[in-house]
Amino acid sequence: MEKIRNTSAGNADNGNHALLPDDSLDGANQQRNSETFAGNFKYLIVGLLFGIVFVKAEIVSWFRIQEMFRFDSFHMFGVIGSAVAVGLISIWLIRKWKVTTISGEEVSIADKTFNKGQIYGGLLFGFGWAITGACPGPLYAQIGGGFLAVTVTLLSAIAGTWVYGWLRPRLPH
Amino acid sequence: MEIIELLRKPWPWYVAGPLIGLTVPALLLLGNKSFGISSTLRHICAATVPANIPFFKYDWKRESWNLFFVAGIALGGFVATFLLSNPEPIVIASSTKSDLAALGITDFSGLMPADLFSVVNILSLKGLIFLVFGGFLVGFGTRYAGGCTSGHAIMGLSSLQWPSLVATVSFMIGGLICTNFLLPVLLNWVV
Repeated sequence: MEKIRNTSAGNADNGNHALLPDDSLDGANQQRNSETFAGNFKYLIVGLLFGIVFVKAEIVSWFRIQEMFRFDSFHMFGVIGSAVAVGLISIWLIRKWKVTTISGEEVSIADKTFNKGQIYGGLLFGFGWAITGACPGPLYAQIGGGFLAVTVTLLSAIAGTWVYGWLRPRLPH
Repeated sequence: MEIIELLRKPWPWYVAGPLIGLTVPALLLLGNKSFGISSTLRHICAATVPANIPFFKYDWKRESWNLFFVAGIALGGFVATFLLSNPEPIVIASSTKSDLAALGITDFSGLMPADLFSVVNILSLKGLIFLVFGGFLVGFGTRYAGGCTSGHAIMGLSSLQWPSLVATVSFMIGGLICTNFLLPVLLNWVV
């Protein structure tokens, strides 16, 4: 169990990871060596399969999100719940059997530290999720699926992220 | 051919959920990557307009695997929509459908109602609210919260991070308040 390092994103032992110390970056890359351009295509393939699931299970549908927030259907709760269950069991097995990555590294997952942003930001994102019917992942899938108006949503989401970065020192955390 | 017919139908939650869950070990084992999509929005800021803001001064190229991942998601969206599309209209709960119809939604044929999300609406008040304002909240909120549904609800809960539980509950509360109180006002106003 202790073999698995739980490091904070940002203060990892490699110097080229110049993130702020109090930074909770999701989607962190904990691999020691940088990926090559060709190596990154692995993730494109995983993303492609993932995007197909997103559309085929209608998770990218505004209607499905409306159903979820009205408690009219079990669908989205089933999707998220079973995804968490499988993720939980997978991580437990990786730790139990000390499974390494394909390049032989031990698996490491950054710990998240609590700050009030998870509440304030979480509430704001909840509003955005209900209005647009999309979290960031489905935005990309909707655009790929031909909903070109969503390009505006994505650009606005990027602008929202930028404004957060700009206001960050003045926001309560 | 039957396989194709089956793939074209909407996939049930007990197929889709576990497949999404498998993304967690897949990314960890392929290269020690934690699942989390909203950080791509930050990488795009860091790559294009860092503007000397400390929050955007980091080695985004090291995290570029995630940009490949979301490019894959867009391609997957294309494949699923144009090669594996469901010929039938989406089936949603009748109570949701009648609620939305009462609020002025008329198009129930696809995944997104054309009443709100068609290109002609971009420059209207509908576009300003449902695309620009909504999108801004998604980008601002996820970054403020340090993650989205993938980073917090799936990856965070899977790795037993309690701050992710706080975030996930906040997402749900925000969505509930918005759907049941703000959205009816917005829809009455613009539709």
